[in-house]
Amino acid sequence: MSTAVTESPTAAPAAPAASSPAATRGHVEITDVRKTFGATEVLKGVSLTVPPGGVAVIVGPSGSGKSTLLRTINHLEKVDGGYITIDGELVGYRLRHNKLHELREKDILKQRTDIGMVFQNFNLFPHLTALENVIEAPIVAQGRPKEEARKRALELLDRVGLKDRASAYPRQLSGGQQQRVAIARALALNPKILLFDEPTSALDPELVNEVLDVIRELATSGTTLIIVTHEMGFARDVADTVVFMDEGQIIEQGGPQNIFTNPREPRTRSFFSKVIEPAFNI
Amino acid sequence: MSSAATTVAQSAPSTAGRPASTGAADSTPESTETGTGTEAPAVDYSGYKLVPAKHPGRWVGTVLVALGVAAVLWSLATNPRWEWGVVAQWFTAQSVVNGLIETLKLTAISGALGFILGFVLALMRLSASPLLVGVSWTFSWIFRSTPLLVQLLLWYNLGYLYEKVSLGIPFTDVRFFEVQTTTLISQFAAAVLGLTLNQAAYSAEIIRGGILSVDQGQLEAAAALGIPAWRRSTRIVLPQAMRAILPTAFNEIIGLVKGTSIVYVLAYSELFYTVQVIYNRTQQVLPLLLVATLWYVVITSVLSVFQYYIERHYSKGAVRNLPLTPLQKVRRFFATHAPADRKTLR
Repeated sequence: MSTAVTESPTAAPAAPAASSPAATRGHVEITDVRKTFGATEVLKGVSLTVPPGGVAVIVGPSGSGKSTLLRTINHLEKVDGGYITIDGELVGYRLRHNKLHELREKDILKQRTDIGMVFQNFNLFPHLTALENVIEAPIVAQGRPKEEARKRALELLDRVGLKDRASAYPRQLSGGQQQRVAIARALALNPKILLFDEPTSALDPELVNEVLDVIRELATSGTTLIIVTHEMGFARDVADTVVFMDEGQIIEQGGPQNIFTNPREPRTRSFFSKVIEPAFNI
Repeated sequence: MSSAATTVAQSAPSTAGRPASTGAADSTPESTETGTGTEAPAVDYSGYKLVPAKHPGRWVGTVLVALGVAAVLWSLATNPRWEWGVVAQWFTAQSVVNGLIETLKLTAISGALGFILGFVLALMRLSASPLLVGVSWTFSWIFRSTPLLVQLLLWYNLGYLYEKVSLGIPFTDVRFFEVQTTTLISQFAAAVLGLTLNQAAYSAEIIRGGILSVDQGQLEAAAALGIPAWRRSTRIVLPQAMRAILPTAFNEIIGLVKGTSIVYVLAYSELFYTVQVIYNRTQQVLPLLLVATLWYVVITSVLSVFQYYIERHYSKGAVRNLPLTPLQKVRRFFATHAPADRKTLR
């Protein structure tokens, strides 16, 4: 199962895990996950391994189950079959007396503090300033002292280049700035894993890069990143592993050089031929 | 900058009808066109004075309405049957002020309890438990479908239905506490009970509507950050819902202020009942009704000011820049105009 991801370290621009010295946590193991909405099966048995500090980029046509898969990793979406572990710990369930018991809300919330998530529509809290957005979760979910949370939040806002906008409300910020605040908010919990759900899809083209640059910087920091995106150039730069999904299944995965230049599956080839060629031939 | 202006100025004489004295200093957009060598330079309108469009209909309407307002004010001031002297005499009389205090007390207590209960009912209605949803729905259904007057009389006469109220272990003789219903339900208790429960039924729907108006993504983001459910409701959802809740909620509170007058059926001495007692004695019906009316207007006006500032508080972040309050506008007006006025006066 886990061989699939690490099979092509030679093709990857940087060998995952090994290149990041701090990467000892954030091992994601997704095993045969199934999910049904009504009559449609959106995930038909998906298995994926992302090693600590690894960067997995999930691509594929819309409706292929990419976002749903991402949302199962922090239990925003309950799985109907299969299971997910993070550093060996089951997500959303606990094994007791040979049965998987769903965790209580409190324990699920605690698990989620290890998993940051960045949304397509930012979902910043509009009635709170940038700084208040970032310090909220560390204070109430992790019980950090307010002054410490504030100090750390200002560091993070500085890291995403927005230290001087700490007291601005989200509506006073551009889309790109809002998304960078959202990234700082996710980082404030010091998560093992960061999930990005199409982080640039709601942005004007000229604002995409300021967000991608921040994510690029995170890719070398040792945090495990799982990114759903349509930015193929970015995927090629930043990914250790590119995962191609279609119709609720992983069709193919591998290092970016391999998968973009020499895809094995016809479906992968036809998808990339539609998406990549215009972008690469500029 | 200056060179651009001169280029424009040089090209200007060819343009017919252009005022000679103006335009040279403030027509930079033209400079690029001139620079690229356009053959026939476009007419430069920048020097002309702007004349706003005229609205004669608006003036006619304004005059008509002003005449109407003047007529009403004139009749109020000159018709002796309004008996303003009597109004003034009773407006701050001790008994009227006592009645006013009772009205304010009823409004504050029933309003606060009603909205707290309404919040709980709204959360119940939005919960995943069918029983909680059902109970909340039934509560709103019953209390919205029966007249407030009937509810008040029912609570006041509860002693007829249930002689005693007791707390104990059901189906045994153990009683921790037992009291006659008639001593428990005073006029005040019946009034508060009736107004609160009625108010809760309406405010539940208002609060539920406000909560539903908040984007689902907000809850999702809060959940993904590990923020506990209660905190999600109070810190993330409710402050955003307040923007939708407040205008209607103030409608309700203002309605409640005047709604308390219905309590007169319980012979409870709030403002309206007090006034009735007085005019039954003095036969000065209209002036005393006017006293009560004026007090209701005063309360509503004060509440409207509160509403303005509370809504403004919750609109933080919802608009890019808050507009000035009327008070700030007045201050700014005097800050910019006052010195000049003083000079002219001297």
